[in-house]
Amino acid sequence: MNAALLVILFFLVLCIWLGLQAGKGKEMNMEQWSVGGRGFGSILLFFLLAGEMFTTYTFLGASGGVYRSGMPTALYAFNCFYFVIAYWLLPPIWKFAKKNNVLSQSDFYEKKYNSPALGVLVAIISVIAIIPYLVMQLKGLGIIVSQASYGSISPNMAIVVGVIAITIYVTVSGMHGAAWTAIIKDILILAVIVFMGFYFPFHYYDGIRPMFEAINTAKSEFLLFPEQGLSISWFVSATIMTALGFYMFPHMLAGVFSAKSAKSLRVNAGVMPIYQIIIVFSLLIGFSAIIQVPNLNGTDADLAVFKMAKMSFDPWFVGVIGAAGAMAALIPSSLILTATATILSKNIYKVWKPNTTDQQLVKLSKMLVPVIALVTLYFTFNGGNNILTLYLLSYSFMVQLSPALIFSLWKRNPVTVQGAFSGMIVSIIIVVYLTITETSLETLFPSLPQVIKDLDIGLAILIINIVVTLVVSAITRKQGATVEEDTNTKNLVG
Amino acid sequence: MKKKVFILTIIPALGSLVVINRVEPYVLGLPFVLFWAICWVCLTSLFLIIANKLDTSNKEEEEL
Repeated sequence: MNAALLVILFFLVLCIWLGLQAGKGKEMNMEQWSVGGRGFGSILLFFLLAGEMFTTYTFLGASGGVYRSGMPTALYAFNCFYFVIAYWLLPPIWKFAKKNNVLSQSDFYEKKYNSPALGVLVAIISVIAIIPYLVMQLKGLGIIVSQASYGSISPNMAIVVGVIAITIYVTVSGMHGAAWTAIIKDILILAVIVFMGFYFPFHYYDGIRPMFEAINTAKSEFLLFPEQGLSISWFVSATIMTALGFYMFPHMLAGVFSAKSAKSLRVNAGVMPIYQIIIVFSLLIGFSAIIQVPNLNGTDADLAVFKMAKMSFDPWFVGVIGAAGAMAALIPSSLILTATATILSKNIYKVWKPNTTDQQLVKLSKMLVPVIALVTLYFTFNGGNNILTLYLLSYSFMVQLSPALIFSLWKRNPVTVQGAFSGMIVSIIIVVYLTITETSLETLFPSLPQVIKDLDIGLAILIINIVVTLVVSAITRKQGATVEEDTNTKNLVG
Repeated sequence: MKKKVFILTIIPALGSLVVINRVEPYVLGLPFVLFWAICWVCLTSLFLIIANKLDTSNKEEEEL
């Protein structure tokens, strides 16, 4: 038992305790459990949605990405394009949700298109997309805790303990548990990352500018976008793809639904970019590691932060960093678990058995939490991708749900149920196929110009998706119109 | 008014996607390409907060 481990354990217990406290005194019906009774104001909402941004990706993925490939991943990590989209997209979604008592992201599709089947399809796609995302969080958790405990706890052990902890408080408190633990987590991460982001450059290089100059001399390619691969064209397309996919995630929309008003969502869109600035410090940590701890290859690059920390600090402080990192993995995971369980019970089970009562649904959702946790554990222990790859894969799936949602917010929705169905199914099949065969646009069309070859694959598929959606909608709309006329005439006759 | 709000949000949307791919000059110790991106993070926030102040739909919703 070392000092680092004690600190991590302390925060873990604090987290569980707070998570359990949060649900006390509230009668846990479905609306309370899954969207916190829709009563979160600007401040709690801010922590909840911002908390979703501060994940393992910020903590390990961003700095690891910078360590691996420099500037392109750095800029990608804190782009603000999201928030402009959030400003326009979220208030109308929230308004519709409030009016129609929407609790989950699949509910939204179901009610907007008046088709339970579409709700089921969206639910299935989301659950598939969520798995790599959860796996990413858990892998990160394993790395963080085993590194911070100086190897006295194995990654797998850490993952199992972490999963048990969140399963307990999510089962009891649902969304309330996630929101309140998000607050301690954010404060801790903020302190730790800002401190290290300043400390490393000044301690090892005498300042931020000398650090970048040193990198520029040693590895000049790290500070610029390359001509191909992670080029500017990749950056722009990946940013757009992530921004569109970001709010499609069931746990993100659940966060949105828990807002008190449309205005608090607009305020939130304006304040969140400032929060992104903190990621810059995480990037500085990654940059400082490039010269100080060379030769971390493959997935080891995700360890860059901890190599630096162990080289520089006492064990107890490494423990604090570990606790911050562990929470960065656990709290988003708890949100995701809540949202996934809600979807599975409400949008799949209830469609199948329509006369399930609200009480039974809550019970079922709670029972599903450990089941989903177990499935994720299975995938975490059987697979070896780095954090950025998992992150992008998950988004490639998720972004395919965006056309049907965005078009449905127009005054006259050009998309029909059939259109939405075809677009989603075609694009998901392509994503799965390309992922399994590890194909990129580069291998598929070697003769295309570089600008196009570097496009993010998720966005490229999204374009196919939109075309299919609109074409099928146009065809079915025509048929639908004639069918409607038919019934009208029949009514007249009858 | 709606139009003004729209323009205010479209500027940061475009700005945050523009990359000035150069290291020199260093600003605040940061390579220019990084400084430029951070600049847009701050500007996005500024533009969106102003847009929200001007946005008439906030009032309309309260009346509902």
